[in-house]
Amino acid sequence: MDAIKSATREFIGKYVRNRELADSDDLFASGFVNSLFVMQLVMFVESELATPVADEDLQMDNFRSVDAVAAFVARKAAATPAA
Amino acid sequence: MQLTARQESLLAEARSYVAQEIAPYAGAWDENQAVPESAVAGFAARGHLGALVPREYGGAGLDAVSFGLLNEAVGYGCSSMRSLLTVHSMVVHAVTRWGSEQQRAHWLPRLAGGGSIGAFALSESEAGSDAGRLRTTAQRLPEGGYTLTGGKMWTTFGQRADVYLVFARLDGQITAFLVERGAPGLEVVPVTGMLGTRASLLAELRLDDCRVPADALVGRPGFGLSAVATSALDIGRYSVAWGCVGLLAACADASVAHADERVQFGRPLGEHQLVRRMIADMVTDTTAARLLCLRAGQLKDAGDPATVDATWTAKYFASVKAFRAAADTVQIFGAAGCAEGHPAQRMLRDAKIMEIIEGSTQVQQDYLAQAALRERAV
Repeated sequence: MDAIKSATREFIGKYVRNRELADSDDLFASGFVNSLFVMQLVMFVESELATPVADEDLQMDNFRSVDAVAAFVARKAAATPAA
Repeated sequence: MQLTARQESLLAEARSYVAQEIAPYAGAWDENQAVPESAVAGFAARGHLGALVPREYGGAGLDAVSFGLLNEAVGYGCSSMRSLLTVHSMVVHAVTRWGSEQQRAHWLPRLAGGGSIGAFALSESEAGSDAGRLRTTAQRLPEGGYTLTGGKMWTTFGQRADVYLVFARLDGQITAFLVERGAPGLEVVPVTGMLGTRASLLAELRLDDCRVPADALVGRPGFGLSAVATSALDIGRYSVAWGCVGLLAACADASVAHADERVQFGRPLGEHQLVRRMIADMVTDTTAARLLCLRAGQLKDAGDPATVDATWTAKYFASVKAFRAAADTVQIFGAAGCAEGHPAQRMLRDAKIMEIIEGSTQVQQDYLAQAALRERAV
């Protein structure tokens, strides 16, 4: 969980300028990011966190903060049967 | 350029097809303001409409670089046909990426075979670059389904499409819907007399209490712009960027051939230094644009989020340089290039459109500068 949060924090840091973000800060409510950020964040979650994002996962609550992304990734991992 | 043997062969085949079936007719289609049904059918028969449809749904399942090469080949011959590949593939991508399994199973085989042509309906008369201002509304019906009201403008291939990806406000939030051509309350009005890509069958869509079923919604409410449109536009921008590489190459080839043959002041044009400068810029820009597009494509194939900015860079560079190359091509051909029906004139008109669609040059400059400032601050 810590590794996921750390990677997510680092990724978001590339897109948010001059701001220290807490893991619970709402990225979308505060206008920190532009309209392309959701797409970039989804790609990051899929490629770097190895977590597929399906159409039903499109909920702001899954992506609105570092904490939300980490919880989403953990939930998806728990729901996927081990190979 | 490092391409696989498969990519090289796809490019060679596409170039040969375009040289025989598309390029010779591009002038006539431009004049008639329509690509004929036979061209669309030929494109479909080659499997090009299924370029981005996954194989399990009957498509070619091309990687991003291969898809880009196809766009370059088609853009070399006709920007209007490349526009078909662009908008249709944007709908394919939206359904593949954000559609439900039922939507994928229903639409992708049809889109792959050309049984259904897709078009992208985001722009409105008051919402172009500022897409978030769109006013078309969607309301839930008590019996299920939705009703859409509003108007869409400049929908490429709107006159021909069988299904439209329409963006509307549901409870105030922008949401994507697949609207079939025959939906009650949808009127398709041809838009003619445009400056460039004149054969791309533009239309205005009038939605008057237009009824669509519950399964028309793509993705989730409120994610129409931030997920569905942005990812489709990323593909569209990528397609246009590669199309500009084709346009640049076509300008360079036409200019070089003419400069070699046309004699003025006792020497071929190609031996006049000021003409040589224009040719040097064209061939350099063609190579540079192709490399930027290739980089964006390789990042896409790797699933790297950096492809988003790389695609903006590629499209910005390729479209600006394509317009300059087309203007120089007209200059090299002189009065002949200004004549109605001359390819140089058509390429100049088409190139200007490239600087407006899928992110105007100014929106791209603003975005790319913002990204550079952000990176410096990190």
